[in-house]
Amino acid sequence: MKTLYDKLWEEHHVTQLGSGESLLYIDRHYLHEVTSPQAFEGLSKKNLKPWRLEANIATPDHNVPTIRGNDFNSEKIKDEISKIQVVELDKNCNTFGIKQFDIKSSKQGIVHVIGPELGYTLPGMTIVCGDSHTSTHGALGCLAMGIGTSEVEHVLATQCLKVSKLKNMLVRFEGTPAENVSSKDIVLYFIGLIGTAGGTGYAIEFAGSYIEAISIESRMTICNMAIEAGAKVGLIAPDETTINYVREKSFLDKESLEKAEDYWKNLNTDEGASFDNEIIVDISKIKPQVTWGTSPEMVVNYDDEIPTPMNASEDNKKNIELARNYMGIQDQSKLSDLVFDKVFIGSCTNSRIEDLRQAAEIVKGKTVADNITEAIVVPGSGMVKEQAEMEGLDEVFKEAGFIWRDPGCSMCLGMNPDQLKPYERCASTSNRNFEGRQGYLGRTHLMSPIMAAYTAINGTVGEPS
Amino acid sequence: MKSNSEGLIINGIVSYIDRDNIDTDQIIPTEYLKSIKKFGYEDYLFDGWRYKDDGKLGVKKEERDINKDFILNNKPFSESKILLTRDNFGCGSSREHAVWALRDFGIKAVIASSFGDIFYNNCFKNGVLPIYLEKNQIEKLFSLVKKEVVELSIDLQKRIIFLNNQDEINFEVDDHLIERIIYGLDDIDITLKEKDKISNFEKNRKITRPWIYANE
Repeated sequence: MKTLYDKLWEEHHVTQLGSGESLLYIDRHYLHEVTSPQAFEGLSKKNLKPWRLEANIATPDHNVPTIRGNDFNSEKIKDEISKIQVVELDKNCNTFGIKQFDIKSSKQGIVHVIGPELGYTLPGMTIVCGDSHTSTHGALGCLAMGIGTSEVEHVLATQCLKVSKLKNMLVRFEGTPAENVSSKDIVLYFIGLIGTAGGTGYAIEFAGSYIEAISIESRMTICNMAIEAGAKVGLIAPDETTINYVREKSFLDKESLEKAEDYWKNLNTDEGASFDNEIIVDISKIKPQVTWGTSPEMVVNYDDEIPTPMNASEDNKKNIELARNYMGIQDQSKLSDLVFDKVFIGSCTNSRIEDLRQAAEIVKGKTVADNITEAIVVPGSGMVKEQAEMEGLDEVFKEAGFIWRDPGCSMCLGMNPDQLKPYERCASTSNRNFEGRQGYLGRTHLMSPIMAAYTAINGTVGEPS
Repeated sequence: MKSNSEGLIINGIVSYIDRDNIDTDQIIPTEYLKSIKKFGYEDYLFDGWRYKDDGKLGVKKEERDINKDFILNNKPFSESKILLTRDNFGCGSSREHAVWALRDFGIKAVIASSFGDIFYNNCFKNGVLPIYLEKNQIEKLFSLVKKEVVELSIDLQKRIIFLNNQDEINFEVDDHLIERIIYGLDDIDITLKEKDKISNFEKNRKITRPWIYANE
């Protein structure tokens, strides 16, 4: 009896090396401008070519400005250093012949958003990318993980990844969520529960009645943040919801799709398969979650007291004190006592159409609070943007005082001009609240699109109503 | 196989950062990921803690507002080859730049109670040895380094850390990983020795799972 991860591992296992490591065959390799230039350089120096060109799909996302308008191209990026990187990706893709959805393309976007929506991510695939949030693709039943630049070069050159097998963890989310609770809250709660190192060394399979009931987009939010729990692989067995999603997005012909579906339908964990660790979470009691500190595990119910060193365990006192200092939390006892400056709705965690619909529903007919100096919505891709505009969501956001942007990673990591200024406090739908992540000395509070929308309107983390 | 004799023993002063969960954004902030080079990251290591101003790629250390309280800015720690820290070092982003920054600064080994998976893997591709030890041993090392400057000697082949006072700590690491550091092996060369197996696997996969190759 095998787990889904075991089956995907065996399916892609080419050979075991003398070292004891395995070569795992890679079906799909996504590339972006930040972690690929040194890999392409290495390939050129060794006089090698990509093993299988069509396995590779590239797009610029980390560095791109999100105010672009029509007729934009790489050469028009104002930040000279960012421009070099985006132009370099253009050059490398042209030189090697790799398919790129470049900055001019209507399909450009965050690599983890465009992969599934363009049908390049299919159930049962092994997928890698030089980005830790590659775990996102596990939502479709893939063995997907982030890799470093040396491995990007290795995958380009050999179509394989040299790896050792991970341990298996099963996480069952059972129950029906309360109002205003989305998959972001569930995954943040889970990270708070097991900690940011709780999943280290594991592939986490998410299952349970909650997972079965939610959309692929919500599942992607959960698998996306598996890495924030330390697990480089998060995955969910394909089911009817997955197959319907793929049918809608896929470029496969009917015959190929039917053949594939026969395989995907049986791609799941055998009954009775054993896991190295199993966790069951009753999600019906979970409230909206908001982070207060500088690690995703520093998370509380939106209306709870912020932890203090006084009531913390001995090991944790220092972590809490450092985080409170960095976050500018002095005598405030609750998140609602903190005044926010910015709101960011976007990132590979929460920039899909469902996320934008949820946020728009809340801001409709309301106005962004006076203390919020900037509230931005950054759709995950050109296709998400187009869909949202067709539904009039852009107008809803703009009327409420939000700024509607072009697709990219944007303020999730502040590599482009979208950054926090020192000490600014941001309600963010992204995935990391690390020090300086959104800008030098910036303060990030992670939350769902619903809670970010409420924070924009209320100016603070208020009652979601 | 020819061994890199310098790679067999790491001797050096231990610097330390007494914190859990040091993520790769702290090891090197995003700004410096705009570089397209594989070297030259030494001035940006722990940038947010090492300086009191916001840095930009290309701005050298001499032009920055240095945080004199940060350990790596003070002698003899500015010449450290070994870094001691706590839980979950290198969690977060997959950026290999984090290892490049440690390497370029001169760090050859990082000792912690645990590491982020992707970071741990990236270390071995760049000649940096991550060593995980039990928490009580980490605690013991912290109590030593906080008292005085400690110089350690790490024997890679024997997997032993020798302390000043002749104490020894054994550590574990997979053979194939440490060999990569000792012999400076190239992964691509090794894998391409198996290219026939990869080709055969692929040929077979094209037949059994043709939809994977549908965009070709």
